[in-house]
Amino acid sequence: MTNLQISEKGNLKHLLTIEGMNEGLIRKIFNLAESFINVNDRVIKNVPLLRGKTVCNLFFENSTRTRTTFEIAAKRLSADVINLDIPSSSQSKGESILDTIDNLIAMGTNIFIIRHSKSGIPELIAKHVGPNVHIINAGDGNHAHPTQGLLDVFTIQKFKKNFEKISTAIVGDIKHSRVARSEIIALSILGTKDIRLIGPENLMPDDTNILNLKKYNTMDEGLKNIDVIIMLRIQKERMNMDNIPTEREYFEKFGLQEKHLALANKDAIIMHPGPMNRGVEIDSKVADCKQSVILSQVTFGIAIRMAVMAMLVGENT
Amino acid sequence: MKDSSNGLPSADALIKLMYQKIMGKIDSNTCLVGIPDGGHLLIKSLQGMIAKKIHYGLIDGSFYRDDLDISGLKVKDKSTNINFDINNKKVILIDDVFYTGRTSRAAINEIFDYGRPKEILLYVLIDRQSSELPIQPNFSAVKTRIPSDTYIDLKSEHGQLKFKTRIIND
Repeated sequence: MTNLQISEKGNLKHLLTIEGMNEGLIRKIFNLAESFINVNDRVIKNVPLLRGKTVCNLFFENSTRTRTTFEIAAKRLSADVINLDIPSSSQSKGESILDTIDNLIAMGTNIFIIRHSKSGIPELIAKHVGPNVHIINAGDGNHAHPTQGLLDVFTIQKFKKNFEKISTAIVGDIKHSRVARSEIIALSILGTKDIRLIGPENLMPDDTNILNLKKYNTMDEGLKNIDVIIMLRIQKERMNMDNIPTEREYFEKFGLQEKHLALANKDAIIMHPGPMNRGVEIDSKVADCKQSVILSQVTFGIAIRMAVMAMLVGENT
Repeated sequence: MKDSSNGLPSADALIKLMYQKIMGKIDSNTCLVGIPDGGHLLIKSLQGMIAKKIHYGLIDGSFYRDDLDISGLKVKDKSTNINFDINNKKVILIDDVFYTGRTSRAAINEIFDYGRPKEILLYVLIDRQSSELPIQPNFSAVKTRIPSDTYIDLKSEHGQLKFKTRIIND
């Protein structure tokens, strides 16, 4: 398994996408994340693993949760963290991305966390940098958001033991969701066979046949005997663009409501990668109910990001 | 005290010696903390032998090592688990083999992130007498010298603890 993100020895060099990873590597990340959950429970939450290393958060798109959890994760590993303020940086003066990267490498950066609205930018940077600099894709266009995919599937593992036996539904704008793509790939690698996509026809991905996914256009059909419900944010900016009905109509058709939980298995869990639009894709009561593991996702996100950064810097033999 | 199957020291005999030493040292304020993987196997074995009620824990130390860039991060099956207050405790650190002292250093550093113990002692089955740091075990059941490319570890084989060797190529 040799590609841009995996070395000839099978070690993680960059994390750009979950595509191409094998089950063993994903489970290794999960095992390490499990150890870091223990660290997060301690009074002193820092370990000196990345002492002397520098992590640079380079977010060309807005983010609160992802950027903050990456920053916390890096700090818990004792790395120095730089948060580049893109609007006030040289980028806004016309400097190219690769020139910005080269300058930050000259300042000693070891890991870049990149978010960009254009698919493929983290890959472009990974091809450009030398062997001792590592790139983590924190979301690129509609392409991938691998740490979110990993933390979501890790969260599922914490509540459901056997990936092969669970039924998972992803609801909403799947077509434009890099999170959904990453989740689907990760679940498939770990053996989940029943992956259902629920949403308006025009927000379904084009390649559902290749991935062997089941499409549903109503919640009632799609949520029968489901174990895991992943709600996606409906992107308000797409409301007019893709003929999506009004927020009210969308909520009536595809918003997760209390009545839907009766269709799902009793112990079904409810997830949302955030940010959440209460009353649009999810009813407020449902978001806060006992079956909701939305805040656990955020907590586990720190452990997963710690694990990925630790593996990138150390040869994970 | 040799294992007739491989000529290595007999784990059972050395564990008995360690047990006797521990029994002369423990009181209600003592806790035994194993360093995985060998120390974890030893803790399980000692728990069955020690009748006194004391705390047991594990300290992995992997996140405190000094060789991340050289040897990489080893993800172990067992990680740190200290679910009691370590402040003012007498901690007996338990490991199968003492080699360079770097594992012990990492484990001791991690312990201090859980609190301030009254005392830390290091008990091992085998001391390879090759410490690279000013750290020595307080007790070793046997002292030996083994070539530097040979690793010796305690393993569980059909429920029996045995030493195994492996050659490491740099």
